[in-house]
Amino acid sequence: MTEYYTEGTPIQDEKAPATTIEKQWDERRFHTNLINPSNRRKLSVIIVGTGLAGGSAAATLGEAGYHVKSFCYQDSPRRAHSIAAQGGINAAKNYRNDGDSVERLFYDTVKGGDYRSRESNTYRLAQISVEIIDQCVAQGVPFAREYGGLLDNRSFGGVQVSRTFYARGQTGQQLLIGAYQALERQVAAGTVEMHTRHEMLDLIVIDGRARGIVVRDMVTGEIETHFADAVVLASGGYGNVFFLSTNAMGCNVTASWRAHRKGALFANPCYTQIHPTCIPVSGDYQSKLTLMSESLRNDGRIWVPKKAGDERNPRDIPEAERDYYLERIYPAFGNLVPRDVASRAAKKVCDDGFGVGPGGRGVFLDFTEAMERLGRPAVEAKYGNLFDMYKQITDEDPYEVPMRIYPATHYTMGGLWVDYDLQSTIQGMYVIGEANFSDHGANRLGASALMQGLADGYFVLPNTISDYLAQGPFDKIDENHPAAKAAADGVRERIDKLLSINGTRTVDSFHKELGHIIWEYCGMERNQEGLTEAIEKIRKLKAEFWTDVKVTGENEELNQTLERAGRVADFFELGELMCIDALHRTESCGCHFRSESKTEDGEALRKDDDFSYVAAWEYGADGSGPVLHKELLKFENIEMKQRSYK
Amino acid sequence: MNITVRVWRQENHDAKGKMVSYPVNDVSPDMSFLEMLDVLNEQLTVEGHDPVAFDSDCREGICGMCGVVVNGIAHGPKRLVTTCQLHMRSFNDGDVIDIEPWRSGAFPIVKDLVVDRSAFDRIIQAGGYISAPTGSAPDAHATPVPKVDADKAFDAATCIGCGACVAACPNGSAMLFTAAKVTHLGLLPQGQPERDERAINMINQHDAEGFGGCTQIGECTAACPKGIPLDMISRLNSDVLHALTHEHSNK
Repeated sequence: MTEYYTEGTPIQDEKAPATTIEKQWDERRFHTNLINPSNRRKLSVIIVGTGLAGGSAAATLGEAGYHVKSFCYQDSPRRAHSIAAQGGINAAKNYRNDGDSVERLFYDTVKGGDYRSRESNTYRLAQISVEIIDQCVAQGVPFAREYGGLLDNRSFGGVQVSRTFYARGQTGQQLLIGAYQALERQVAAGTVEMHTRHEMLDLIVIDGRARGIVVRDMVTGEIETHFADAVVLASGGYGNVFFLSTNAMGCNVTASWRAHRKGALFANPCYTQIHPTCIPVSGDYQSKLTLMSESLRNDGRIWVPKKAGDERNPRDIPEAERDYYLERIYPAFGNLVPRDVASRAAKKVCDDGFGVGPGGRGVFLDFTEAMERLGRPAVEAKYGNLFDMYKQITDEDPYEVPMRIYPATHYTMGGLWVDYDLQSTIQGMYVIGEANFSDHGANRLGASALMQGLADGYFVLPNTISDYLAQGPFDKIDENHPAAKAAADGVRERIDKLLSINGTRTVDSFHKELGHIIWEYCGMERNQEGLTEAIEKIRKLKAEFWTDVKVTGENEELNQTLERAGRVADFFELGELMCIDALHRTESCGCHFRSESKTEDGEALRKDDDFSYVAAWEYGADGSGPVLHKELLKFENIEMKQRSYK
Repeated sequence: MNITVRVWRQENHDAKGKMVSYPVNDVSPDMSFLEMLDVLNEQLTVEGHDPVAFDSDCREGICGMCGVVVNGIAHGPKRLVTTCQLHMRSFNDGDVIDIEPWRSGAFPIVKDLVVDRSAFDRIIQAGGYISAPTGSAPDAHATPVPKVDADKAFDAATCIGCGACVAACPNGSAMLFTAAKVTHLGLLPQGQPERDERAINMINQHDAEGFGGCTQIGECTAACPKGIPLDMISRLNSDVLHALTHEHSNK
């Protein structure tokens, strides 16, 4: 296995203060260098991505007086894919008086992540969660309210308290619109310079510091260089490596991957979360998968027929002939077990032949009992828009027949390695939101991604980046600097190469085939044999891509084929690293399930003595394969236990 | 199903555009409208032609990035759906389908079916926010919001900024978009201090962008994939009128 990589020196996060976990964040803020407001306007920050993390960071830094340049590939920052997160956002407010606290949110998150996240970051996330809700309410985010005018809550997978704040089934949309409006306010104030329809294609590193980016104006094709005192990547996750995923069509890994090639370590790439409640695949032409919010599991009951291949109308299958398998196997958490557990359980019943719908790849999510208990109007009020969406896509009415769901690739827990300050291994380059690896461990509980995006953007980054910026302003650089020229030339050469191949296969056909390999061998379940095979297949397909891809049109125009080609090229390299990471970790944890490592009853078996570390990969620039740097994880506040939801 | 699409092709903003006809075969009724365009584009690419440029991102009906005029109707024939959630089962075998970009002077064409909607961002910049600097917020329960107000504000806040209202309006007005934002923020206690200014500034920017005035035709609300109701425009008008006829200490 070591033929695929070499091992380098361990790494350590030295930014979290050596004090009790409750005091770390206060301490860190107190010892962070501050910058006088009149000096802030001399300092500049580039932020790539305008989702919850990037949008909130740009708004907050702009408001603090820094000069911010914000970039997104969409036509407006309001379109970032955070907008599609439906379910909710967690906060340890304990408004329900059900025993919630910062400690419990911290505990649930670390346990949910299967003890592969960093304690210090996760504790801070739980602390800050409380402030996020206040901030969003002040901005006018219309969270669900009760008749007394106070905020409503609901429960999510992996927890036994109601701490999830929500805005019908459109929480992500409302939070993003809040951040977007704060951002536009700063655009009007002149503190943020907005660049829409621009894609980052390289990072400019000078004397070991991130000093700028190379972008392509997606309308004119112009290759531009932009410079700043610090660069923040908030460019989201890489789930689209699977081709079919719940991500938006444009989600990609390019910004992160280009930074990785310039020296930023990429941590835990094999941890990609599979979400249990997705509408099943219907045909070959399908371009993406649509999630039904996990909140549906609050009232919906999941089952399959007890008899394999039972093709009766689900309404005609009597109770006694149904297997509510989650309630049966996990009585304590029932339908609300965490995502990895629910996903694997669904896969297992389908593998065993009990699945429903086309190809037997589906299980029922049934609201019959909820409709009887709550009445149809209450179910409509809670989940109506999700039901409508389901009907629109499948042409089946979920009020009449149970929904069919199946797991799908959703959120990526891996990402660029960052320290407690959210700085990567390149000085001056920070990574926030889904693009970093830090808080979720090997798995993510529901409603915690929105929390992390906003925690990073509104509160963490604005308080830590000043420590670095206080060393600035750095020397002024322009596009004539050799490093800037080299980066821009590299980008141009790559574009020219893609346009010149003029082969026979479309970009999408390569992407689909790559995605199929990764899903098959590095998806819900992996093993040594499959992963080794996958690496060979990916290498072969990558070689074919670079000789036979057909990219039409030219650079000097809006060219969506060219955009996709560049992204798929990076997915090939990432896909290989994902498989190498999955191969080397011969334990099961969270959403990384190695079939060789399971308990007697088939649950994921961790090997804490061997693998209690973050795998941070350095790009193997000389062709010798990636270099593994381990960051050992210490659990001083939470006892590591075999996860059980029974 | 086998269908024929007639698509608006225009190389760039300055070029002259025209409708071009393409056959698309083996269309599944379960395909979304955009997946049908994906299939067409694969076909065009293999044949060495330039694929049709169109915008889409989330394909879940929420980001607002997609949107074309299908057979003369913004987002197509089905009510309350975006183009990405329109499925081919809404059409028949043998149909000829016209596909055009949003039609409005304030939304210049970028290429084929892609238009520039940045005017919407500028309307938001003019006041479509609550000034709440990060870190200064009181506890979320400090200000109760009556559930009916919160629900109505939410209904307004569901606007996805797709621009269908503009494309559908004979006047090319963006009044429904602007009204949705003014209603969302104006119904909440947090939005009161800036309410008058917001309405005035946003409507001024709306006009400056070249959007037309509202004559209550109602095509906007008929085309809106989120069902933003027409009475929100009345609310906007009322807020503007109030702002114009009252003294303001913070002006």
